Amino acid sequence: MRNRSVPLREVHVWELPVRIYHWINALCIVTLCVTGYIIGDPPAFMKGTEASFNYWFGTVRFIHFVTAFVFFFNFIFRIYWGFTGNEFSRWYNFIPLKRCQWKEMLEVIKVDVLQLTNKKIDSIGHNSLASFIYFITFLIFLLQCLTGFGMYSAMSSAFLPKLFAWVVPFLGGDMQVRQIHHLLMWAFILFAIVHVYLVFYHDYIERRGVTSSMIGGWKFIEEDVIERHDNRSEECPKG
Amino acid sequence: MENQHPSFYEELRGKGVSRRDFLKFCTTMAAFLGLEASGVSQIAKAFETKPRLPVIWFHFQECTCCSESFIRASHPIVADIVLNKISLDYQETLMAASGTPAEDAYKAVMAKYPGEYIVMVEGSIPTENEAYCCIGGRSALQILQEAVKNCKAVVAWGNCASAGCVQAASPNPTGAKPVHKVISGKPVINVQGCPPIADVMAGVVVHLLTFDRIPQLDGMGRPKAFYSRRVHDTCYRRANFDAGLFVESFDDEGAKRGYCLYKMGCKGPVTYNSCGIIKWNDGISYPIQSGHPCIGCAEEGFWDNGPFYKHLPEVAGFGIETTADKIGIGLGAATVAGMAAHAIVTNVRKHKEIVNEPEEGSKVETTKV
Repeated sequence: MRNRSVPLREVHVWELPVRIYHWINALCIVTLCVTGYIIGDPPAFMKGTEASFNYWFGTVRFIHFVTAFVFFFNFIFRIYWGFTGNEFSRWYNFIPLKRCQWKEMLEVIKVDVLQLTNKKIDSIGHNSLASFIYFITFLIFLLQCLTGFGMYSAMSSAFLPKLFAWVVPFLGGDMQVRQIHHLLMWAFILFAIVHVYLVFYHDYIERRGVTSSMIGGWKFIEEDVIERHDNRSEECPKG
Repeated sequence: MENQHPSFYEELRGKGVSRRDFLKFCTTMAAFLGLEASGVSQIAKAFETKPRLPVIWFHFQECTCCSESFIRASHPIVADIVLNKISLDYQETLMAASGTPAEDAYKAVMAKYPGEYIVMVEGSIPTENEAYCCIGGRSALQILQEAVKNCKAVVAWGNCASAGCVQAASPNPTGAKPVHKVISGKPVINVQGCPPIADVMAGVVVHLLTFDRIPQLDGMGRPKAFYSRRVHDTCYRRANFDAGLFVESFDDEGAKRGYCLYKMGCKGPVTYNSCGIIKWNDGISYPIQSGHPCIGCAEEGFWDNGPFYKHLPEVAGFGIETTADKIGIGLGAATVAGMAAHAIVTNVRKHKEIVNEPEEGSKVETTKV
């Protein structure tokens, strides 16, 4: 029997709202990418019928639009939670304003990407590089909402989409906006691939239970890591 | 008095237009402009009482298709008004005068009607080297800037004057710019399209005359009455789009049945114009009705968002026929390959870490950050 006896402590890293946000977001992104791709390149499996018998493409678009609203409000909620949640979900984790965050990013590149050393990164929540990548994805979320609702605004009289009516003229027309929206979809797909792989990687290498942490909220962190975390200076409040 | 400043109506009557035809015209225009029933009398009154609208019409870098479109307006009075009866004091293509008398004609308008005349522009303005478009020894930019100084408003006809059209398409050798980018301080109405629909052009003129102010414009400076809806949203083939019935090639069964042209590169979903409602040539047809996808000619940069027959535009800098999807799939494949390599390296380089079985206590190496 193989076993290890590393002194570990359970840390409640992801609060329930963060976990709910994560899974709603994941579902929305999968739905939006699938429906979005179909809208961009619809399969022509219908032939020889009249239009009055069907509405499947309209339904795909409807699902896309409804999901977009869910995605948008979920995103707004996460931004709010960045100001009220625990230390691991706070906004300052994501924006690298501190020197120590940049230092850790370099460490992560050395340890996990280039694999130059067998060290382990001292992070309990996200490491600095992951946080920074999430910050970039938040910007992509924002751009995707702007371009999406921008295109939607012309066919809606509702208040929310109308707030985005300036986007289309700002970017020079629907053609440009649609192109940006389409390109950004691929950013989501690429992110999802790498994200899932890295979760597996970290679970495998660090053995902190990162995969299940997004379900149960708990991670298993080495005692000494927690000790160093608690003794950290105020200048570097990263989780 | 009548001879000096005859109203439109007087001019029309003098030309033999009946009262009945005149009112028909007013009604058509009110409908195009989206006015309520009382708007008809407002238009009629404006035409009966107001003096002629002094207009200077310039041709810069363009093909004159706007003028060509205009004279094919569905209601003959429209073309008549603007081309014969509005004080079209200067219009390079149509005026009889040439040389010095022509120059004098538009200078006279500027001197005689400061703050009242309308400048109408067909064509873009070169800025890279102004010599690419000169009239009477002066560049388009000089002529335009001088003319707009005292004008009431500027009407930019067509895609050239509104967005630069083909001359401004990459690589834009002349540095062509639309009117609104080279002048400032004056309202510019972008009457988009290549060319714009004749009745839309007429509608804009009628609006200017009737209400003495520019029509409500959208974010791209286009009159909302005509450009607030996508060609797609007013398309008679729209039901086929929602049903997922698409033409796959120009000679297939779907094309015969009049399915949606979305997959043939139709730009209707990204183009704002009234082609689906007002149509062309006296309401006979419009491109989609004739089986051809919309090329999006009322949109900025439509040449650079081609090809016309592909739904997804090419991505600049990635070679011919490279779309967002091709780039995405390429990057996706590269990512998966990178991940596979990373996973292999992980198992080789971090072998020790994966199997390490510390006997007691923590022997885990950690970085101090």
